[in-house]
Amino acid sequence: MYSYSEFDTAFLATRNAQFRQQVERRISGALTEDEFKPLRLMNGLYLQLHAYMLRVAIPYGTLNSAKMHKLAELATRWDKGYGHFTTRQNIQYNWPALQDVPDMLDALAEVGLHAIQTSGNTIRNVTADHFAGAAADEIADPRPVAELLRQWSTDHPEFQFMPRKFKIAITGSPNDRAVTRAHDIGLRMLERDGARGFEVIVGGGLGRTPMIGKVINGFLPEADLLPYLEAIVSVWNQIGRRDNKYKARIKITVHEHGIDEIRRLVAERFEQTRKTFSGVDQNMLRDIENHFAPPTFKSAPHSGFKDAYHSDPIFRSWADTNLRAHRAPGYKIVSISLKKHGDTPGDASAEQMHLMADLAADYGHDELRISHEQNVILPHVHVSDLPALHARLKDAGLATANIGLISDIIACPGMDYCALATARSIPIAQQIANRFDDLKREHDIGQLKIKISGCINACGHHHVGHIGILGLDRAGVENYQITLGGDHTESAAVGDRVGPGFSANDIVPAVERIVDTYLDLRSSSDEAFIDTYKRTGMAPFKAALYPQTKVAAE
Amino acid sequence: MSKPFPPKVVTANHLLAGDVIYQTATGWTRRLEEAEVLTDAADADLRLIDASQQVAEIVGAYLAEVKLVENAPRPVHFREDFRATGPGNYAHGKQVELI
Repeated sequence: MYSYSEFDTAFLATRNAQFRQQVERRISGALTEDEFKPLRLMNGLYLQLHAYMLRVAIPYGTLNSAKMHKLAELATRWDKGYGHFTTRQNIQYNWPALQDVPDMLDALAEVGLHAIQTSGNTIRNVTADHFAGAAADEIADPRPVAELLRQWSTDHPEFQFMPRKFKIAITGSPNDRAVTRAHDIGLRMLERDGARGFEVIVGGGLGRTPMIGKVINGFLPEADLLPYLEAIVSVWNQIGRRDNKYKARIKITVHEHGIDEIRRLVAERFEQTRKTFSGVDQNMLRDIENHFAPPTFKSAPHSGFKDAYHSDPIFRSWADTNLRAHRAPGYKIVSISLKKHGDTPGDASAEQMHLMADLAADYGHDELRISHEQNVILPHVHVSDLPALHARLKDAGLATANIGLISDIIACPGMDYCALATARSIPIAQQIANRFDDLKREHDIGQLKIKISGCINACGHHHVGHIGILGLDRAGVENYQITLGGDHTESAAVGDRVGPGFSANDIVPAVERIVDTYLDLRSSSDEAFIDTYKRTGMAPFKAALYPQTKVAAE
Repeated sequence: MSKPFPPKVVTANHLLAGDVIYQTATGWTRRLEEAEVLTDAADADLRLIDASQQVAEIVGAYLAEVKLVENAPRPVHFREDFRATGPGNYAHGKQVELI
């Protein structure tokens, strides 16, 4: 876990003091909203449908118990007792009062957290594999590099007036859990002949024009990372379109100029940027790496785990569903589901946040992660501690055994909160989860990712959902379009739109028909939804969703 | 003949709390049913200008179309319905605070 230096602490204090004055001037009327808006956005403060919303960065999704306790404290003191974990590993508070936000930022600074660059045309919070530092399949922990990128991008003088926002994701594993191909820049750590480097992907993104990123550099030596990324952002900053915000993201720049031309321009610019990096960044990286040293893993008998696994079916179901392989013997990665059936995906109460912090301290080497799938991860738990951990999670409504299943839905806030939304998404997620829970079928259905967005900006990643749902406003009525076959992993793909959308009342039965079709078609219970879809294509699903079309064609 | 003017209310967000408010003849309310219903285009424009000048109290004033149900304004578009009632995912926010 990175600890703030004196420089970091002083920077944050200055920044918070500036914002406090800006808020005071807004409240006094000395600043108009037009003048204040860019200032508040730079500090993560939005005005949403029903209230202000403060988006706090959780850099690369990593927290310790002190930070999680502080997030809970903010929810209690200044909000309505809960927080919402987002698809960008951030937390959002939905109800702060304007005059309280400077105090909230000061409280966050006490534990080295902030809301800087969580909004606006900035380089946003760098996201990372939520199993970073723990995954069995990992080449290296990507978080030191992510922290280096955070420091490099924070208040970078060249990138204060960019065409649009810019998002970077990084993974240290060949199995991509960070959706690197759907980011402005995606970084995949590689090793070649014993040397570490990156596959650099550029121009991915979701939103109204979904694009899968293209490889701009197949192996970038580690030492060249910052000058190379600076060259990419610099080229885009210069030639990216500013005439139309919908065409301003780098995915459009790459699309319009072609990846080969962008690669050439970046290489040209890189020749200049490289000279400005003296190697001090690599020294900093070595220093940062020391902050992320793995914990001292323990050894303990597994008998308690085995006994619970064989005697307690609820524990067994949870263990089978929510645990993943860890790099250290005797350890597991625990995913705590924030998707209890019928609840709001990604929401955690202050009490639940305090509990998760305590559990991290008691059983998890004081580490937590937030996943882009809106769950909380305890990355290092020894199997001997799992029965006690599970019991405490169960008491707090946090032991839902549904990771990766149909009710583990990503959903953006949608029109229940968001000013940009064109339809609700949370209630659709709640209804789908409840429906399949009532049927008790989700474990039989198996791995299936449903992702829901309440507008074309695609915060709910619907394009890369196995089943994607997009809520739109069609002539004053909510309408939900379905895409199938999206993939968020290393084999990333944008889903195919099936056909006309469905009303709010019809969308859940439509999802049920898709699932029924899959269950009829799958070759065995081992064939996951996405594999069946790849094998059969869209036709049988389309026929199930639009039987009248088939009749009309006959 | 001029185009008929559908009834409207002036709505905005409160500067400090950020919550949804509606203009009345004398100030602001959090209840849509208490809002001043504007049935004349010129009058509505003037009321919107008046609201927009209150920069130290409100944010983002605009005219929202309403329909009259038993003489009280009700939202026309579902977005305005959600603004009037608060989040629907579970009971919190405006839907419990204004009861």
